[in-house]
Amino acid sequence: MARMHSLTQLRSTSTNEQLQLLLDSIPYVRFLGVKARRQGDELSFVLEYSEQLVGNPRLPALHGGAIGAFLETASLVQLLWESGSTSLPKTINFQIEYLRSGRAEDTFARARVQKQGRRVAYVTVEAWQSERARPIASGAGNFLMPVED
Amino acid sequence: MDIEKLQRMDFVPHTKALGVRIVEMGEGVAVLCLPYSDHLVGDPDTGIIHGGAITALLDNASGTAVHTTMKTMTSIATLDLRIDYMRPATPQRPVFARAECFRKTSNIAFVRGSAYHDSPDDPIATTIATFVLSSNQSRKVFAAGGEDR
Repeated sequence: MARMHSLTQLRSTSTNEQLQLLLDSIPYVRFLGVKARRQGDELSFVLEYSEQLVGNPRLPALHGGAIGAFLETASLVQLLWESGSTSLPKTINFQIEYLRSGRAEDTFARARVQKQGRRVAYVTVEAWQSERARPIASGAGNFLMPVED
Repeated sequence: MDIEKLQRMDFVPHTKALGVRIVEMGEGVAVLCLPYSDHLVGDPDTGIIHGGAITALLDNASGTAVHTTMKTMTSIATLDLRIDYMRPATPQRPVFARAECFRKTSNIAFVRGSAYHDSPDDPIATTIATFVLSSNQSRKVFAAGGEDR
Protein backbone atom coordinates (compact mmCIF):
# COMPACT_ATOMS: atom_id res chain seq x y z
CA MET A 1 0.00 0.00 0.00
CA ALA A 2 2.06 2.82 -1.36
CA ARG A 3 0.06 5.62 0.18
CA MET A 4 1.04 4.54 3.67
CA HIS A 5 4.79 4.71 3.17
CA SER A 6 5.00 8.44 3.66
CA LEU A 7 3.08 7.91 6.87
CA THR A 8 5.37 5.31 8.39
CA GLN A 9 6.39 7.88 10.95
CA LEU A 10 2.77 8.72 11.56
CA ARG A 11 2.97 9.01 15.30
CA SER A 12 6.11 11.05 15.71
CA THR A 13 6.10 13.40 12.78
CA SER A 14 2.67 13.70 11.24
CA THR A 15 0.74 16.91 11.27
CA ASN A 16 -3.02 17.22 11.43
CA GLU A 17 -2.94 17.84 7.68
CA GLN A 18 -1.10 14.56 7.00
CA LEU A 19 -3.45 12.71 9.28
CA GLN A 20 -6.45 14.13 7.47
CA LEU A 21 -4.86 13.30 4.10
CA LEU A 22 -4.66 9.68 5.23
CA LEU A 23 -8.34 9.66 6.20
CA ASP A 24 -9.39 11.45 3.03
CA SER A 25 -7.53 8.88 0.93
CA ILE A 26 -10.19 6.37 1.99
CA PRO A 27 -13.32 7.19 -0.06
CA TYR A 28 -15.84 5.74 2.43
CA VAL A 29 -14.27 7.66 5.33
CA ARG A 30 -14.47 10.86 3.29
CA PHE A 31 -18.10 10.07 2.42
CA LEU A 32 -18.96 9.68 6.11
CA GLY A 33 -17.16 12.93 6.97
CA VAL A 34 -14.70 11.64 9.58
CA LYS A 35 -12.05 14.09 10.78
CA ALA A 36 -9.08 13.33 13.02
CA ARG A 37 -7.17 15.72 15.22
CA ARG A 38 -3.91 15.22 17.03
CA GLN A 39 -3.88 16.61 20.54
CA GLY A 40 -0.49 16.03 22.13
CA ASP A 41 0.05 12.29 22.02
CA GLU A 42 -3.67 11.56 21.60
CA LEU A 43 -5.99 11.39 18.64
CA SER A 44 -9.56 12.56 18.68
CA PHE A 45 -12.09 11.84 15.97
CA VAL A 46 -15.12 13.78 14.76
CA LEU A 47 -18.03 12.52 12.67
CA GLU A 48 -19.25 15.80 11.18
CA TYR A 49 -23.02 15.94 11.00
CA SER A 50 -24.60 15.81 7.57
CA GLU A 51 -28.13 15.00 6.49
CA GLN A 52 -27.02 11.81 4.72
CA LEU A 53 -26.05 10.24 8.09
CA VAL A 54 -29.64 10.29 9.28
CA GLY A 55 -31.37 6.95 9.87
CA ASN A 56 -34.60 8.25 11.34
CA PRO A 57 -35.72 11.54 9.78
CA ARG A 58 -38.65 11.95 12.18
CA LEU A 59 -36.49 12.55 15.25
CA PRO A 60 -34.00 13.04 13.56
CA ALA A 61 -31.41 10.46 14.69
CA LEU A 62 -28.15 9.24 13.20
CA HIS A 63 -28.17 5.85 11.48
CA GLY A 64 -26.72 3.03 13.61
CA GLY A 65 -24.68 1.86 10.64
CA ALA A 66 -23.02 5.27 10.30
CA ILE A 67 -22.19 5.31 14.03
CA GLY A 68 -20.78 1.79 13.76
CA ALA A 69 -18.65 2.68 10.76
CA PHE A 70 -17.34 5.75 12.61
CA LEU A 71 -16.36 3.65 15.66
CA GLU A 72 -14.62 1.09 13.48
CA THR A 73 -12.75 3.75 11.52
CA ALA A 74 -11.59 5.50 14.69
CA SER A 75 -10.33 2.17 16.10
CA LEU A 76 -8.47 1.35 12.92
CA VAL A 77 -6.77 4.73 12.60
CA GLN A 78 -5.84 4.74 16.29
CA LEU A 79 -4.23 1.32 15.83
CA LEU A 80 -2.41 2.43 12.70
CA TRP A 81 -1.12 5.47 14.56
CA GLU A 82 0.13 3.52 17.57
CA SER A 83 1.53 0.51 15.78
CA GLY A 84 3.54 2.43 13.20
CA SER A 85 2.34 -0.12 10.67
CA THR A 86 2.76 0.82 7.02
CA SER A 87 -0.45 -0.79 5.87
CA LEU A 88 -3.95 -0.99 7.28
CA PRO A 89 -4.77 -3.71 9.83
CA LYS A 90 -7.83 -5.82 8.98
CA THR A 91 -10.92 -5.99 11.16
CA ILE A 92 -11.53 -9.54 12.40
CA ASN A 93 -14.64 -8.65 14.35
CA PHE A 94 -16.28 -5.63 15.88
CA GLN A 95 -19.03 -5.20 18.43
CA ILE A 96 -21.13 -2.08 18.86
CA GLU A 97 -23.31 -1.21 21.86
CA TYR A 98 -25.87 1.49 21.11
CA LEU A 99 -26.40 3.41 24.34
CA ARG A 100 -28.35 6.51 23.37
CA SER A 101 -29.78 7.95 20.20
CA GLY A 102 -27.37 9.96 18.08
CA ARG A 103 -28.81 13.42 17.57
CA ALA A 104 -28.40 15.49 14.40
CA GLU A 105 -25.08 17.02 15.46
CA ASP A 106 -21.34 16.31 15.46
CA THR A 107 -20.19 13.12 17.18
CA PHE A 108 -16.80 12.66 18.82
CA ALA A 109 -14.75 9.55 19.54
CA ARG A 110 -11.65 8.38 21.35
CA ALA A 111 -10.16 4.94 20.82
CA ARG A 112 -7.72 2.98 22.93
CA VAL A 113 -5.47 0.11 21.91
CA GLN A 114 -5.88 -2.25 24.86
CA LYS A 115 -3.55 -4.90 23.59
CA GLN A 116 -1.25 -5.10 20.64
CA GLY A 117 0.34 -8.40 19.78
CA ARG A 118 2.35 -9.32 16.72
CA ARG A 119 -0.67 -10.81 14.99
CA VAL A 120 -3.75 -9.46 16.72
CA ALA A 121 -4.70 -6.20 18.42
CA TYR A 122 -7.72 -5.36 20.56
CA VAL A 123 -9.14 -1.84 20.49
CA THR A 124 -12.00 -0.20 22.40
CA VAL A 125 -13.71 3.03 21.42
CA GLU A 126 -16.35 5.38 22.77
CA ALA A 127 -18.48 8.00 21.01
CA TRP A 128 -20.33 10.93 22.52
CA GLN A 129 -21.99 14.19 21.51
CA SER A 130 -22.56 17.13 23.84
CA GLU A 131 -21.54 15.31 27.02
CA ARG A 132 -18.51 13.06 27.21
CA ALA A 133 -19.95 11.39 30.32
CA ARG A 134 -23.03 10.30 28.33
CA PRO A 135 -21.68 8.19 25.47
CA ILE A 136 -24.05 7.39 22.60
CA ALA A 137 -22.19 4.21 21.64
CA SER A 138 -19.21 2.10 22.53
CA GLY A 139 -17.32 -0.39 20.41
CA ALA A 140 -14.65 -3.05 20.71
CA GLY A 141 -12.89 -5.16 18.13
CA ASN A 142 -10.06 -7.47 17.23
CA PHE A 143 -7.79 -6.54 14.36
CA LEU A 144 -5.31 -8.59 12.35
CA MET A 145 -1.95 -6.82 12.06
CA PRO A 146 -0.43 -6.74 8.58
CA VAL A 147 2.71 -8.79 7.99
CA GLU A 148 5.64 -6.38 7.73
CA ASP A 149 8.44 -7.20 5.28
CA MET B 1 -47.08 -5.37 7.60
CA ASP B 2 -47.00 -2.65 4.97
CA ILE B 3 -44.56 -3.88 2.34
CA GLU B 4 -44.76 -0.77 0.20
CA LYS B 5 -43.84 1.40 3.15
CA LEU B 6 -40.93 -0.84 3.98
CA GLN B 7 -39.59 -1.06 0.44
CA ARG B 8 -39.53 2.69 0.10
CA MET B 9 -36.19 2.94 1.81
CA ASP B 10 -35.55 6.32 0.20
CA PHE B 11 -37.11 7.99 3.22
CA VAL B 12 -34.04 7.03 5.25
CA PRO B 13 -31.33 9.48 4.15
CA HIS B 14 -28.37 7.27 5.09
CA THR B 15 -29.81 4.23 3.32
CA LYS B 16 -30.45 6.33 0.25
CA ALA B 17 -26.88 7.72 0.35
CA LEU B 18 -25.47 4.19 0.53
CA GLY B 19 -27.73 3.00 -2.31
CA VAL B 20 -29.25 0.14 -0.29
CA ARG B 21 -32.48 -1.42 -1.57
CA ILE B 22 -34.73 -4.26 -0.48
CA VAL B 23 -34.62 -7.36 -2.68
CA GLU B 24 -36.88 -9.74 -0.81
CA MET B 25 -38.95 -9.97 2.36
CA GLY B 26 -40.75 -12.75 4.15
CA GLU B 27 -41.92 -13.48 7.66
CA GLY B 28 -38.86 -12.71 9.81
CA VAL B 29 -36.52 -12.59 6.81
CA ALA B 30 -35.15 -9.75 4.69
CA VAL B 31 -32.67 -9.65 1.80
CA LEU B 32 -31.09 -6.31 0.92
CA CYS B 33 -28.65 -5.28 -1.79
CA LEU B 34 -25.79 -2.78 -1.67
CA PRO B 35 -24.65 -2.01 -5.24
CA TYR B 36 -20.93 -1.39 -5.69
CA SER B 37 -20.04 2.27 -5.70
CA ASP B 38 -16.78 4.24 -5.60
CA HIS B 39 -17.73 6.19 -2.48
CA LEU B 40 -17.97 2.95 -0.48
CA VAL B 41 -14.33 1.98 -1.07
CA GLY B 42 -12.22 1.36 2.04
CA ASP B 43 -8.96 0.51 0.32
CA PRO B 44 -8.28 2.65 -2.77
CA ASP B 45 -5.44 0.35 -3.90
CA THR B 46 -7.71 -2.66 -4.27
CA GLY B 47 -11.15 -1.07 -4.61
CA ILE B 48 -12.49 -3.27 -1.79
CA ILE B 49 -15.44 -1.67 -0.03
CA HIS B 50 -15.14 -0.55 3.59
CA GLY B 51 -16.27 -2.85 6.38
CA GLY B 52 -18.39 -0.02 7.77
CA ALA B 53 -20.58 -0.09 4.66
CA ILE B 54 -21.13 -3.84 5.20
CA THR B 55 -21.99 -3.14 8.85
CA ALA B 56 -24.54 -0.52 7.81
CA LEU B 57 -26.03 -2.93 5.24
CA LEU B 58 -26.37 -5.76 7.77
CA ASP B 59 -27.78 -3.40 10.43
CA ASN B 60 -30.43 -2.37 7.91
CA ALA B 61 -31.19 -5.92 6.85
CA SER B 62 -31.49 -6.99 10.50
CA GLY B 63 -33.85 -4.15 11.38
CA THR B 64 -35.94 -4.87 8.29
CA ALA B 65 -36.17 -8.56 9.26
CA VAL B 66 -37.57 -7.53 12.65
CA HIS B 67 -40.07 -5.19 10.97
CA THR B 68 -41.45 -8.03 8.85
CA THR B 69 -42.63 -9.73 12.05
CA MET B 70 -44.68 -6.74 13.14
CA LYS B 71 -48.23 -5.84 12.34
CA THR B 72 -47.62 -2.11 12.37
CA MET B 73 -44.62 0.09 11.63
CA THR B 74 -43.28 0.19 15.15
CA SER B 75 -40.02 1.89 15.97
CA ILE B 76 -37.23 -0.44 17.01
CA ALA B 77 -33.73 0.33 18.26
CA THR B 78 -30.51 -1.58 17.69
CA LEU B 79 -29.22 -2.56 21.11
CA ASP B 80 -26.04 -4.17 19.92
CA LEU B 81 -24.49 -5.64 16.84
CA ARG B 82 -21.47 -7.86 16.43
CA ILE B 83 -19.88 -8.40 13.05
CA ASP B 84 -17.31 -11.02 12.02
CA TYR B 85 -15.44 -10.41 8.80
CA MET B 86 -14.69 -13.66 6.96
CA ARG B 87 -13.18 -12.37 3.73
CA PRO B 88 -13.04 -9.16 1.69
CA ALA B 89 -15.82 -8.30 -0.72
CA THR B 90 -14.94 -8.54 -4.41
CA PRO B 91 -14.61 -5.10 -6.03
CA GLN B 92 -17.27 -4.08 -8.58
CA ARG B 93 -19.74 -6.70 -7.33
CA PRO B 94 -22.95 -5.93 -5.40
CA VAL B 95 -23.12 -7.19 -1.82
CA PHE B 96 -26.31 -8.85 -0.57
CA ALA B 97 -27.35 -9.20 3.04
CA ARG B 98 -29.80 -11.76 4.35
CA ALA B 99 -31.05 -11.35 7.90
CA GLU B 100 -33.30 -13.62 9.91
CA CYS B 101 -35.12 -12.72 13.10
CA PHE B 102 -34.90 -16.13 14.78
CA ARG B 103 -36.32 -15.24 18.17
CA LYS B 104 -38.58 -12.54 19.53
CA THR B 105 -39.68 -11.91 23.09
CA SER B 106 -42.08 -9.16 24.16
CA ASN B 107 -39.19 -6.69 24.42
CA ILE B 108 -36.23 -8.01 22.46
CA ALA B 109 -35.63 -9.42 18.98
CA PHE B 110 -32.61 -11.59 18.12
CA VAL B 111 -31.34 -11.48 14.56
CA ARG B 112 -28.55 -13.15 12.61
CA GLY B 113 -27.31 -11.91 9.28
CA SER B 114 -24.93 -12.78 6.49
CA ALA B 115 -23.39 -10.55 3.80
CA TYR B 116 -22.42 -12.32 0.57
CA HIS B 117 -22.08 -12.17 -3.22
CA ASP B 118 -23.55 -15.50 -4.32
CA SER B 119 -24.80 -17.42 -1.29
CA PRO B 120 -25.42 -16.65 2.40
CA ASP B 121 -23.50 -19.88 3.08
CA ASP B 122 -20.34 -18.32 1.64
CA PRO B 123 -20.28 -15.14 3.72
CA ILE B 124 -18.16 -12.01 3.46
CA ALA B 125 -19.30 -11.21 6.99
CA THR B 126 -21.83 -12.44 9.53
CA THR B 127 -23.64 -10.53 12.26
CA ILE B 128 -25.61 -11.20 15.37
CA ALA B 129 -27.74 -8.30 16.58
CA THR B 130 -30.38 -7.58 19.19
CA PHE B 131 -33.12 -4.99 18.96
CA VAL B 132 -35.34 -3.37 21.56
CA LEU B 133 -38.96 -3.39 20.50
CA SER B 134 -41.23 -0.53 21.42
CA SER B 135 -44.55 0.91 20.49
CA ASN B 136 -44.88 4.20 18.66
CA GLN B 137 -46.36 5.64 21.82
CA SER B 138 -43.06 5.27 23.59
CA ARG B 139 -41.34 8.54 22.91
CA LYS B 140 -38.03 7.57 24.36
CA VAL B 141 -36.97 4.82 22.00
CA PHE B 142 -35.38 5.69 18.67
CA ALA B 143 -34.66 3.82 15.48
CA ALA B 144 -30.91 4.19 15.55
CA GLY B 145 -29.31 4.32 18.90
CA GLY B 146 -30.96 2.73 21.86
CA GLU B 147 -33.00 4.01 24.70
CA ASP B 148 -32.35 7.49 25.97
CA ARG B 149 -32.36 7.15 29.69
